[in-house]
Amino acid sequence: MVIYGVMVLGLCMFIGTSIGLGLGLALGIPGDIGGVGFAMLLLVFTTPWFKKMGWFPKASEDGIMFWNAMYIPVVIAMAATQNVAAAMSGGWIAFIAGLASVVICFALIRPLSILAGSKTSSFGDEAAAPTESAAKPAKAA
Amino acid sequence: MTHFINDLIGPRQLIFAFVLVGLLTWLCYAFSKHVTKNRIHGSAVAIIIGLALAYYGGISTGGKRGIADISVFAGFALMGGAMLRDFCIVSTAFGVRLEELKKAGLGGVLALVIGTVLAFIVGVGVAYAFGYRDTVSLTTIGAGSVTFIVGPVTGSALGATSDVIALSIAAGVVKSIAVMILTPFLAKPFGLTNPAAAMVYGGLMGTTSGTAAGLAATDVRLVPYGALTATFYTGFGCLVCPSILYLVMKAIFG
Repeated sequence: MVIYGVMVLGLCMFIGTSIGLGLGLALGIPGDIGGVGFAMLLLVFTTPWFKKMGWFPKASEDGIMFWNAMYIPVVIAMAATQNVAAAMSGGWIAFIAGLASVVICFALIRPLSILAGSKTSSFGDEAAAPTESAAKPAKAA
Repeated sequence: MTHFINDLIGPRQLIFAFVLVGLLTWLCYAFSKHVTKNRIHGSAVAIIIGLALAYYGGISTGGKRGIADISVFAGFALMGGAMLRDFCIVSTAFGVRLEELKKAGLGGVLALVIGTVLAFIVGVGVAYAFGYRDTVSLTTIGAGSVTFIVGPVTGSALGATSDVIALSIAAGVVKSIAVMILTPFLAKPFGLTNPAAAMVYGGLMGTTSGTAAGLAATDVRLVPYGALTATFYTGFGCLVCPSILYLVMKAIFG
């Protein structure tokens, strides 16, 4: 049933947030230290196992996929409820921070892709993963 | 008339927000398709309009909750509040297989880590240069330059103010749009021409809508490779920004 998927999602969120809040307490920092991230990890590790045990039919998946599909609309609503008027006084921060992080990261594509095997990487087949054995002709100039 | 509208919408605020966001999404995706020729993803257009609505709400009411301060739009606060937002974000991890990350190899994983940390440092640096000194605000704006999701997740977990969270969203949206627009132009000179480079690129840039749109405009065959690593970026950011990176920030700025 759809509600089982929603329940699993909710449980992951509660356990993940407990870890986050627990970490905050342990470190003496008020707040939730990475709770959403822990919840995501839990979902990643538990659901394949549920599926293997046959406990997670399509309907349960749909309970999670609905929220997955609501992600962007919820983010739009979130954007519409922020204190943008106050943030506009520091508008340049957003512009510079956003743009600078893109430009700086672009410069790293070439060195890192050599590590990832770009020399031997091509669109040859489905599994064109950059492995040492992929002895395909280099497409990059 | 006002009475009628209040009776109609007042008890159904959340549903009204669903309808309006649906309408907004439809219009923005149509704009993205027909006016920008898919160069700017519909989601980015919709988020910008959302921020513009929040600005309008703020200046017309003097409140702090954007459009939600206008009573008929109060449902936006529930729909876009931290509870549903975090629930949706967690759900996006469903179906992610960690084995996929192994396919991207060491380069892909390194790109993911370096891309996240570097974007964070840039954001913190810029915020510091503009006079922010408190650790929570610096961390939130740094997280915003990771993606427009990581910023508010980090900000609300650490208790940042709404204007700082708004800045972090804006930084993430600027990044996402910059990725969409700049990628086709920068691809060739920066070696983004093969699947391995696309996986590295996805890990470095992260913003899923940005990388997908940017790669589609560059070479459609690169899209799945970029998406492969980009999928992990937001989750990774949500994990490390409010935890490890915040602790590092606390150690530095106190």
